[in-house]
Amino acid sequence: MGNNVLRLEHCTMQFGGVVAVDNFSMEVNEHEIVALIGPNGAGKTTAFNFVTGVYEPTNGKVFFHDELMVANHPAGKMKKLYKGDPDQICEKIVRKTPDQITKLGIARTFQNIRLFKALTVFENVLIAKHMHAKSGLLKTAMHLNYREEIQMRKEAMELLEMQNLAAYRNDIASSLPYGQQRHLEIARALATNPTLLLLDEPAAGMNPQETDELAAFIKKTKEDFNLTVFLIEHHMDLVMGISDRIYVLDFGKMIAHGLPADIQNNDRVIQAYLGVEENA
Amino acid sequence: MKKSTKTLFNIIAVSIILAILIFLEMNKRKFSYDISIIERSMIYAVAAVAMNLTNGFTGLFSLGQAGFMAIGAYTVALLTIPVEARAGVFYVTGMNEFLSKIELPFIPALLLGGLFAAILAGLIGIPVLRLKSDYLAIATLGFSEIIRSIIASPQLNMITNGSYGLKKIPRFSSIFVPIALCCLCILIIVLLINSSYGRAFKAIREDETAAEAMGINLFKHKLTSFMISSFFTGVAGGLLASYMGTIDSGTFKITLTYDILLIVVLGGMGSVTGSILGSFLVTAGREWLRFFDQPLKVGNWQVPLFRTGFRMVVFSVLLMVVVLFYSKGLMGSKEFSWEGLVRFFKNLFTRKQKLNGGVSNGK
Repeated sequence: MGNNVLRLEHCTMQFGGVVAVDNFSMEVNEHEIVALIGPNGAGKTTAFNFVTGVYEPTNGKVFFHDELMVANHPAGKMKKLYKGDPDQICEKIVRKTPDQITKLGIARTFQNIRLFKALTVFENVLIAKHMHAKSGLLKTAMHLNYREEIQMRKEAMELLEMQNLAAYRNDIASSLPYGQQRHLEIARALATNPTLLLLDEPAAGMNPQETDELAAFIKKTKEDFNLTVFLIEHHMDLVMGISDRIYVLDFGKMIAHGLPADIQNNDRVIQAYLGVEENA
Repeated sequence: MKKSTKTLFNIIAVSIILAILIFLEMNKRKFSYDISIIERSMIYAVAAVAMNLTNGFTGLFSLGQAGFMAIGAYTVALLTIPVEARAGVFYVTGMNEFLSKIELPFIPALLLGGLFAAILAGLIGIPVLRLKSDYLAIATLGFSEIIRSIIASPQLNMITNGSYGLKKIPRFSSIFVPIALCCLCILIIVLLINSSYGRAFKAIREDETAAEAMGINLFKHKLTSFMISSFFTGVAGGLLASYMGTIDSGTFKITLTYDILLIVVLGGMGSVTGSILGSFLVTAGREWLRFFDQPLKVGNWQVPLFRTGFRMVVFSVLLMVVVLFYSKGLMGSKEFSWEGLVRFFKNLFTRKQKLNGGVSNGK
């Protein structure tokens, strides 16, 4: 096992009195594919969202490459409402907005595809290169940054070629077939030069054949870009096929974690997914 | 279409426009009415393109245009009215001692006007840009009214001449001054839109969450767009002051913002050429329709409705018709291109053929 890329420590997320994620700790090691699974409403996307800065956890710490990236503790009226573990209150507060987190090297895709719909495929990828541009506003606006611009365009084009999307480069993103839109979203995320890729239900709405292709694609991308992948998924075939380790959430609590084979035979996981017979 | 043909067309178009302008300039007296329409259209075009930058390209629904134009206009007016004429302008209370001695040439005054508008945009943008869509519109609208009320307030009589307005603002020396300045402003905005920053603005318009996930700092980019837009809105206001010669706070009522908004929507949100086209159509259209305001007699019969004010009714109906047929504005989010123009005429032709029973050949 290599170094920690991502580590969550005692993360709790409450919306008012409702506990969405309860005292959740996990880690993703370098060059792993780790999946987070669980029934609907288990808190998977919430957990995802405080890694990406969309939410702040009510309490807990998130480390990225062993550096504290996000930390929070209950404050204000949350102090009274807080239902998490009182021994694990974190002292520090560290806040990051989603764009700062992306700059650190975490890229993500969305559960419901969020492309820049009216823009072309090429522009979609090119936009991801904007944050690395060093030229100031005045220089950029007067087009005096042509070297940088050419470099950005070259990198974006290379990426599209690698992802077999080059043929679509001048098409409007929303005109692509569904599977290609998913594909483009991943390509766009890769354009930010991440070290950690977060995939939020990448196989949602795909048929079995497309899902198989996606599994192969994720594995290949991981190798090509030397990535660590952390994903949320419902398709068990995909998860069992590609993950190195799996975490299972149910009603905000982690009920199991381990190798795919162990998870498959774990009673609590089966219960969470299939339900328990009454009087059993 | 080949690139060389396009360049040729561009050169021809520019020379025709230049020739017309030179002709108009040489026959200033005869065509003063047409010249004033062209100048007003160009000034509105700058304000519309600037508004398009925030509303059409960045997706911020801001309605503060009149306020920023007022700042630009008053800055230019106060700095360029000749010192010797000032006593006559401020005949009620007299002018502030310090201000009354400052006189600047037109261009620096114009830049300063834009700058003040941009700084103010920055100050109000910090709290206001956290709002979205309609709420942002209401907040900026309110701000624009505040500016107007402050300008009109009697407490500022020594500076803005309150509700008496400002007169004797030096006019343009020739038609080329406003046209060149307007073209320069629009060119700068177009360059910005086509740069990496412009792409980031479009990303924010398309999807804020996704843009943020692409490492785009939402607040910084929104504020940048808002300030640049306000700068050019202020410049347009300054040009308007010099164009009109007299301004008062009533010039910058909300209706001015609506005029600009109308141009932007009519031309197409997210199309610069659409805004320019819309600006000429709206400004000139109002003038062309003037004959509706005059009583009309056919033979001995007095045509009803033809009287003062009817023009605006016809104008509004025309606008509704245009919006019904072109729901995304005349240009949508596309820009003008020679191919587009050729296609437009081809379509007109083939449509006629279809009506005559000809076979349609696809799209």
